Amino acid sequence: MTVDLDPIDRALLRLLVQDATCSAGALARALDISQPNAWRRLDRLRSRGVIKGYRAVLDREALGFGVAVFLGIKLALKGRVSIEDFERAVTAIPEVQTVEHVLGLYDYRLRVVARDIADFERVLRRRIMTLPGVGDVEANVLLSEERRPGPI
Amino acid sequence: MLDDLDRRILRHFQLDPTQTMQDLASAAGSSAAVCTRRLARLRDAGVIEQTQAVIDWRALGYTVEVSLRISLDKTQPRAFDEFTAAARLVPQVIEIQTFLGRVDVRLEVIARDMAHYQQLYRGKILTLPHITDIEALMHVARVKSDEALPL
Repeated sequence: MTVDLDPIDRALLRLLVQDATCSAGALARALDISQPNAWRRLDRLRSRGVIKGYRAVLDREALGFGVAVFLGIKLALKGRVSIEDFERAVTAIPEVQTVEHVLGLYDYRLRVVARDIADFERVLRRRIMTLPGVGDVEANVLLSEERRPGPI
Repeated sequence: MLDDLDRRILRHFQLDPTQTMQDLASAAGSSAAVCTRRLARLRDAGVIEQTQAVIDWRALGYTVEVSLRISLDKTQPRAFDEFTAAARLVPQVIEIQTFLGRVDVRLEVIARDMAHYQQLYRGKILTLPHITDIEALMHVARVKSDEALPL
């Protein structure tokens, strides 16, 4: 079921995507609505699953992770390795932040963080290339990224 | 400088930034008062940049998600800037990343259905400046998405 949003819901979402620590009171003031109204809307967006969670954005470089690399991985299906085995093993690697199953040139898209390029090489050789069923791997080093608010 | 306690707090905080201070404190092996103080300091220092709400686009009717890997015409000195500036104007583009490697830029695009995607692709994406090549990866499932750092 698709959830319908009115313009106030949309404005509310735009604020929460920038800063989810906003109180209902602050949201109400920003949108010029009553606090109970802001609460009700917030509650509906959460319970209907429009807000699926919260993410802490950390300064990766300040924490010592200077490199983020996106990997495209093609499975080598000749060995008849199960997709479940691959997925279980890849999600267990701490340096792997995201795993997406995709269709196209690659089967999986991974986001990997490392302290530096030498550390990335270690992760790639010891952890990624040894995954069950891994075939062709392409690496692209992330230079910049921005998340956009999206169509709200 | 960060000490072990800071790292422990962050390790647990990043998994659920809305948990109570009490829960965070017991997970990190500290007290709520200390955690509150440490989190405030980490925010002030910019180590915690933001806490964002994550939108489930499916709940809003966007069922198609495509990752577009794009090569740009590097003989044009302003190719990157002009391309990203134009891509920012497309609301259905939810992420823009630039790379060193075989791919120059990646756009994450969402659409209501395949017909909508085709319309966006032809009308808004192919018309972006300086593109020399595009490859599409169609999103099937997110296997891991916590984006946690291995602290």
